[in-house]
Amino acid sequence: MEGKKIRVLIAKPGLDGHDRGAKVVARALRDAGMEVIYTGLRQTPEQIVETAIQEDVDVIGLSILSGAHTHLFPKVMELLKENNVEDIIVMGGGVIPEEDIPELKRIGIAEIFTPGTDTRDIIKFIKEKVK
Amino acid sequence: MEIIEKIINGDRRATAKLITLVENNFSQAQEILKKLYNYTGNALVIGITGPPGSGKSTITDKLTKILRKKGKKIGIIAIDPTSPFTGGALLGDRIRMQDLSLDKGVFIRSMSTRGHLGGLSQATQATVKILDALGKDIIFIETVGVGQSEVDIVKVADTVVLISMPGMGDDVQIIKAGIMEIGDIFVVNKADKEGSERLATEIEMMLDLSQNSRWHPPVLKTIATDNVGIKKLLEEIDRHIKHLKESGELEQRRRESTKKEIFDLIQEQWKEMLSTFIDNGFLNKIVTKIIKREEDPYTAVEKLSNILVQSYTQGGVKNG
Repeated sequence: MEGKKIRVLIAKPGLDGHDRGAKVVARALRDAGMEVIYTGLRQTPEQIVETAIQEDVDVIGLSILSGAHTHLFPKVMELLKENNVEDIIVMGGGVIPEEDIPELKRIGIAEIFTPGTDTRDIIKFIKEKVK
Repeated sequence: MEIIEKIINGDRRATAKLITLVENNFSQAQEILKKLYNYTGNALVIGITGPPGSGKSTITDKLTKILRKKGKKIGIIAIDPTSPFTGGALLGDRIRMQDLSLDKGVFIRSMSTRGHLGGLSQATQATVKILDALGKDIIFIETVGVGQSEVDIVKVADTVVLISMPGMGDDVQIIKAGIMEIGDIFVVNKADKEGSERLATEIEMMLDLSQNSRWHPPVLKTIATDNVGIKKLLEEIDRHIKHLKESGELEQRRRESTKKEIFDLIQEQWKEMLSTFIDNGFLNKIVTKIIKREEDPYTAVEKLSNILVQSYTQGGVKNG
């Protein structure tokens, strides 16, 4: 029973119903030996942050395909700060235009993985970040 | 201790952190659990068990919603399996409990079995205590999807709700030993599906043959997704708890579960001590002897046990 396991929350904020990418990533992280909490579609930033606290995750992975990333990401970051849990690493994936990425990183998103990313790169990234 | 202060004052972050510590480093968590123990003993523990896909999460979600309206504070421990191949897990019970995530009166923790058999994780019992100290009135434990013999939930729960659904085999399945023996309340979920009536009758017939005269487990039909039969289920849970209290069985059960917990903890502790032998190569020497037929395994174990006891009484096992 002993030993640290990396815990990751994979969440799907916003109103679009496409969770294939999120499920592929969840599955890949599971196969890399992580504990993945998958919460399903249409989560609000409030729900995501509260779940992250209760589940004591190391990483939150947000999948956004609706184009609402410029609103949803800052909201999640703000709530993490409000709840004193900024130590949780936040990463994002989905259809996110190249030109939006610098701003997202500036507000504290650790990395953005756009379509076509090899899941092994995501795994490597998480393992390096969570030490 | 600061963390205990935080937990009894309802700090969810501190609670979550302690649960993680229990999962990752039990001996360290133990020092906190020792002090926390005084703040436990108030919560009722309801076990929800049944095969994969039978509706455990949905039923837990619906029961919680009714109990919240009555002002009860709820803890939920939802367990899913760890992969024996990669050590990873996909914990998906929250999908059916989305509406509960913003209710401050509900604390949900998803857990993986981490190699523990029996339907629970090693950390479950300690986590029940932590949520109890957090001030929860009722704690639901949702087991992994069970097969026939994952019956550990009886060690931890005051009331066990066993969920079945139609279409999972013939009537001989019902009279087999194991899981069908542990239900205090039987639920046939998905009762709108064909075969549910027959399944309920078969369970009832099986129960008629059982010897326990003090409590005759009811058999209920539910359609959890439509909220059908959930109120009745809650009434039966209440009735069972009342029976446990009035008959003295609650104390009896808790004595039993405490005994089992002690044995489990001792086993864990000794296993850990044994692993220090493995580390320093002592065990390997013995294995070599056994393989070469210089010693038999039974004598070797006797000797090993003696050494362990001796080392332990002299302040811990260090060198073989």
